[in-house]
Amino acid sequence: MNKAVPKNENREPLVRIARRDSVSPGKKIGIRAASIVLALILDALFIVVVTGLNPLAVYAEIFKATFGTGLRFMWMLRDMAALLCIGVALAPAFKMRFWNIGAEGQVLMGGFATAMCMMFLGQKLPTPVLFLVMVIASLAAGALWSFFPAFFKANWNTNETLFTLMMNYVAIQIVAYATNILRGQASSLGTINMGSKIGWFPKLFGYDFTLNILIVAVLTAAMYVYLKYTKHGYEIAVVGESEKTARYAGIDVKKVTIRTLLLSGAICGLCGFIIVAGNKHTISTNTAGGDGFTAIIVAWLAKFNTFYMALISFLLIFLEKGAGQIASTYGLNEYISDIISGIILFCILGSEFFLNYRMIWRHREEKGGAAE
Amino acid sequence: MEDAIRLVGITKTFGQVRANRDISLTIRRGEILSLLGENGSGKTTLMNILSGIYFPDSGQVFVGGREVTIASPKDAFDLGIGMIHQHFKLVDVFTAAENIILGLPGERRGRLDMKAVEDKVRKICDRYGFDIEPDQKVYEMTVSQKQTLEIVKVLYRGADILILDEPTAVLTPQETEKLFAVMREMKKDGHAVVIITHKLHEVLSVSDRVSILRKGEYIGTVDTKDATELSLTEMMVGKKVTLDIERPAPENLVKRIEVKDLNVMGPEGVPVLKNVSFEAFGGEILGIAGISGCGQKELLEAVAGLTVPMAGSSITFFPPEKEDRPEQLVGRSPREIKEMGVHLSFVPEDRLGMGLVASMGMADNMMLKSYEKGSSFFVEKKNPREVAEKVKEELAVVTPSVSYPVRRLSGGNVQKVLVGREIAAAPAVLMTAYAVRGLDIGTSYQIYHLLNEQKKKGVAVIYVGEDLDVLIDLCDRILVLCAGQVTGIVDGRQATKEGIGLLMTKIAREDDGHRHLGHTEPGSENSTEGGAAHE
Repeated sequence: MNKAVPKNENREPLVRIARRDSVSPGKKIGIRAASIVLALILDALFIVVVTGLNPLAVYAEIFKATFGTGLRFMWMLRDMAALLCIGVALAPAFKMRFWNIGAEGQVLMGGFATAMCMMFLGQKLPTPVLFLVMVIASLAAGALWSFFPAFFKANWNTNETLFTLMMNYVAIQIVAYATNILRGQASSLGTINMGSKIGWFPKLFGYDFTLNILIVAVLTAAMYVYLKYTKHGYEIAVVGESEKTARYAGIDVKKVTIRTLLLSGAICGLCGFIIVAGNKHTISTNTAGGDGFTAIIVAWLAKFNTFYMALISFLLIFLEKGAGQIASTYGLNEYISDIISGIILFCILGSEFFLNYRMIWRHREEKGGAAE
Repeated sequence: MEDAIRLVGITKTFGQVRANRDISLTIRRGEILSLLGENGSGKTTLMNILSGIYFPDSGQVFVGGREVTIASPKDAFDLGIGMIHQHFKLVDVFTAAENIILGLPGERRGRLDMKAVEDKVRKICDRYGFDIEPDQKVYEMTVSQKQTLEIVKVLYRGADILILDEPTAVLTPQETEKLFAVMREMKKDGHAVVIITHKLHEVLSVSDRVSILRKGEYIGTVDTKDATELSLTEMMVGKKVTLDIERPAPENLVKRIEVKDLNVMGPEGVPVLKNVSFEAFGGEILGIAGISGCGQKELLEAVAGLTVPMAGSSITFFPPEKEDRPEQLVGRSPREIKEMGVHLSFVPEDRLGMGLVASMGMADNMMLKSYEKGSSFFVEKKNPREVAEKVKEELAVVTPSVSYPVRRLSGGNVQKVLVGREIAAAPAVLMTAYAVRGLDIGTSYQIYHLLNEQKKKGVAVIYVGEDLDVLIDLCDRILVLCAGQVTGIVDGRQATKEGIGLLMTKIAREDDGHRHLGHTEPGSENSTEGGAAHE
């Protein structure tokens, strides 16, 4: 034996990582709580060292950004609803391992269809009919935008990631073109039906955005049931896991692919409707505002479980609002406030690792060299 | 003989599963050691510990007499331990040489002397008579060549302790013989060779000593010359067993399937089935023999509706109780055919790729072929759960619960789920392909028993198998396919291995003889001959 033997030949590695089989609920809560505590400590250090502010006061501001007033809370819910809605829309596609990253464009097309209905049909149709037309138009527009990539994928196995991504730019250009035509050189259409408020969501229970939130809450629950308890949901799971298995089970993979993507795109379109009719009352290339991409993170982190998606969208929006609030209250550089909220996000997401894996530290150093 | 590796008290647990319990074992230079055990007995885990993939919970490893720590595959390589895994770890678009040096530090800084690498690879190939070229791309290689490349890879890195994990599972008998010859050469060179397997005749023909594991525990080591198939099986299973497959006489034969002039075109435009004609009866087991890739899979897929046959093909199904109203299966969807009671369970190489959804539990997998029943929009989960519980109990599937992902079950249990589901559907025709692929003896016999039970119930069983001995012992009639044609249908009770072997290669031999004549089409003539053999 003239082999080179590693120098540390008789030492167990310092730490080994092993997968956990299951975690007790108590431990889960413990790990999550520890991650939040760690985040607060790290953030406190950062705040003191970099800004010289009192960390507790900063935390209070972050908290107040969402929970300070009823109105702020509604704003948070409104933004959370928009993000969650897209996440819900992506869930069936992602579960089928169809990487639909075209939500941004699908939302935009839904919003565009809604805005056009508000502008051109607003005066002509009675309100209930107008809303019906707006919903149908937005569903159809979103579904159309996801139909093309799905159709090509199902028939010729094209790459859906590139295809859906490119469709975003087409949607953006269409909206830019339309606003240009309708409003000269302006980049936005301005508020549609400002005076008459035709096609706007009505106030419910005293708030502007109650309807947005209710629609998304119903969608979230419905999608959960759809994925978990229906035949369609079962087919989606099988196709996502293995197309071969699906084929052997007699599932029509083409049909399921197209049907699922139509649903995904349609809900994205509906989200555009909610954003335009229920919040912004205008259309611009910025209407989706990047939520179509953020929602990919939401859907992934939640492993396509729509209720977890609600929690994650809440966390993201809560931190976003908090970062904005401390930036304005203390006159902080935006990047600093983003770092502060980023540290919290990092720790909370990082705790997932410790939920799935455990560390085994070296425990038998005393045995060194005991070769019989 | 010098000890290459000594393991003392190795224990490794995964969650609640104790894969290895206090195992002590010696591997010597200049010998071939077989590591024998049923599925899930901990063979692979133990060898993965040696190759640095797992780290033991406790126990010591001595290499060449010194205690060592193997914390990574690199440590294992540095100690001269090379493992050839069951699933190849190769980059398809790279050449053989590129795969071999992947991850190795360069000889001289910043320069890669590909020519020197290729020369060294060639030298190794010449030494052992390997038929791979260093500049050949992996995607152009056959399965056996890929395996050879894996062996060259570890030899190139200077390994003198070789571990082969079920190397013969993917090889033809001829390729297996070649591999064994190579192993004997290595032994002559003073290398230590470990082969993990559960094929007893291989153990007996190639190894010097056999170490047996059972349920994670070390049972013992015997010299191969003192061992017999029966003695090894008893050590492996832990109780007396009989290695006879029962074959009840077929009763009440009823014609269930009649295939006539079946032609199927492959994806490359080459016919994969030519004028195949045969009948299958309820109450018998019809075996299908042939070298792999001779149309077995396409034949079953055509009957199951997964492949569209060419015009003129006919597959007639005679439903139970309604034999006078036969149904034509060609042109029906897979779902319709399944609902008529014609079921297919195909066990692919990777076991999970077709037929099972890896991340789902047994219960959800049970409904894979029945979930669409009923008009409700929602799936019905109670019945599949009951079926799963029944299959679990009757086939002794080892799983914590019926909702435990099947991905985490051992290979044998996965196959039981696969076959159990088809049987639970109470089919009229049950087609199984490679039902015992990679299974240990105990489980294999259980599956033969299940198939016999089906036969006694009057089911027409079609069994595609690889092991000729089993086909001859189990089947009532054996249909032999060669290059997509039926070269004979023989009586299982009178067939010999040699006779079937000749039919399996008939067309290749005739082709050799007729090559200069150009297009000779022996198809039709051969299938009539096959039919005649049956009468």
